[in-house]
Amino acid sequence: MASGSSIGVGGVFVNAEVTTSGRPVLRLNEVECFLLSSVDFDSEDDPPRFTALKSGNLILTTHRLIWIPSQSNVAVPSSIPLAAVTHIFSHKKSIKSMFHSPRIRFQTDPGSIVVTIVFRGKGDFDGFLTKFWECWRGRAWEEEDKSESETSRSGGSGTVAQGLYGNDGTVRMVGLAGILRKEQEQWESTDKSLQDAFQDLNALMSKAKEMVSLAEKMRQKLLSAPSSQNSSTDDEEMGSKEEMQQWMLSVGIISPVTKESAGALYHQELSRQLADFVRIPLEQAGGMISLTDMYYHFNRARGTELISPDDLWKACTLWEKFDVPVMLRKFDSGVMVIQNKSHSDEEVMSRIRMLVTKTETLRAGVTASDAALTLKIAPAMAKEHLLTAETKGLLCRDMSPDGLRFYFNLFPEIDLTNLHIVKDFGTYGEWVKATSILSV
Amino acid sequence: MQKLADFKLPQFFNYPPYFTLQPVRDTREKQIQLWKELILDYCKSQKTFLICVEEDFPLFSNSAIDRSLSHEAKETFLSAIVGEGRAEWLDKGHRKCLILWHRIQDWADIILQFVRDNGLEDSVMTVEEIRSGTESHGTELQGIDRTILMRALKLLENKGKLALFKGTSADDEGVKFSV
Repeated sequence: MASGSSIGVGGVFVNAEVTTSGRPVLRLNEVECFLLSSVDFDSEDDPPRFTALKSGNLILTTHRLIWIPSQSNVAVPSSIPLAAVTHIFSHKKSIKSMFHSPRIRFQTDPGSIVVTIVFRGKGDFDGFLTKFWECWRGRAWEEEDKSESETSRSGGSGTVAQGLYGNDGTVRMVGLAGILRKEQEQWESTDKSLQDAFQDLNALMSKAKEMVSLAEKMRQKLLSAPSSQNSSTDDEEMGSKEEMQQWMLSVGIISPVTKESAGALYHQELSRQLADFVRIPLEQAGGMISLTDMYYHFNRARGTELISPDDLWKACTLWEKFDVPVMLRKFDSGVMVIQNKSHSDEEVMSRIRMLVTKTETLRAGVTASDAALTLKIAPAMAKEHLLTAETKGLLCRDMSPDGLRFYFNLFPEIDLTNLHIVKDFGTYGEWVKATSILSV
Repeated sequence: MQKLADFKLPQFFNYPPYFTLQPVRDTREKQIQLWKELILDYCKSQKTFLICVEEDFPLFSNSAIDRSLSHEAKETFLSAIVGEGRAEWLDKGHRKCLILWHRIQDWADIILQFVRDNGLEDSVMTVEEIRSGTESHGTELQGIDRTILMRALKLLENKGKLALFKGTSADDEGVKFSV
């Protein structure tokens, strides 16, 4: 190993050891961070506080600034320990600085000497500056100082700041090991908070079990009441018991029928439970509700132990076998609905007939959304009803760029033998009157 | 009620569903019948012998209600008329339709009556004269479609009521009556 032959001038610089091929000899734990060429070290003071170092390679490490001359006969490899740097002046970019080589100024001790690094080359100056700050703030040399000073003490009381653990026993977050340790800690704390959360959930579940058994007792009581008595007191009882039952049903399903509790009879029991349940949503929906809507209502009420769409459909198809007042119906379009058996098509047809024979709707027809509003049912349902009415010959359609509308079907009333006749009675006459304002 | 030229339109011409091809079978049947009657009546009154599907036909749209027949609807209605023998498609693409608001047989009868009315029982006339000659003025034969006329004449020829012969040019095509 060759070493520099002369001592650095002015005390700012420390000679740097280099190998035979000109590479700097790094100390233990010292890591190279940046390399730039064509760098000068100047003193801008007047008179200069040290001899300038011109035109060399600058190597930034975690511990030092090392300067290696490009021509070895003029100067010696020198370094400035980062530990000696007391202040780095902020670098302001100005119009003037655009035309000059970039510079960094910093202050070193001893002597508070200001050093200027001049970057005459084309390297990444901003990158260097960032790294310079990082390394200087990183104070990598302090660990070694500490550990050196610790081991130099004789005996010691056992609290040695070595490796990961600090003097007070806490873990130091430094280096790669520190990063790993930090991650490990985070992971452990997440795990713990998850566990806590699940504790709460288990507590909730056990409470729910209590609630279910309580409600089940109440249900048994309701069911055990005799259903055919005439005395007034029993009527009252019945009334309030019915109310109770209604309320319970609306709040949610008591002791949901699960595949476990009912086993092989699962679908049958589910079917019965469903028939009970649908009564109220069905009424609210005007007597007809689509299977998808019912799926939503039913599962929402069950809360947990949700049933699949397939189970729901199977349960509905089983209704045929029991004597329940509801039925599953499939439209030509493929839409499936649940409806009251008592809710016949006739009833809907008569409501539609009333709607389309009003003067305004005679004249302008109805859309599915108009019908939905008037009949107070879902638009998809309204459309199905209108299509059914069309198939039955009550309505006919009008297709235009404005969309699809339905009119009262006048075709049967028009006389083929005399196209111009309009009878006094009949809806055709009504329609003519209704449109008389429009006719030319 | 509206008029198209001097043709009086029925009330249901302003009924929007009339212009939408109805999907329900019974309703559609009635609709087809109504259109058939209307088309025949209109063509008879206007002496229209030909409907071109791709061109605007006044009867097929109603600006008062902003509706007009789709191509599919036109084809359906005209084909129905063809099916009943009151019209004929002149091309495979169903673009031109010959309207027989009088059947060919009816036209044949009209020609015979025309011959008798004008004392032409044994005479000779050109085909063109039958449709545009002075005798035909004011009669139904005036302006009759040539194709239809030829068909009717051929029908009568087959019955031995006349004989067709060709002259030196198309205009010279002649008829010798032997009613």
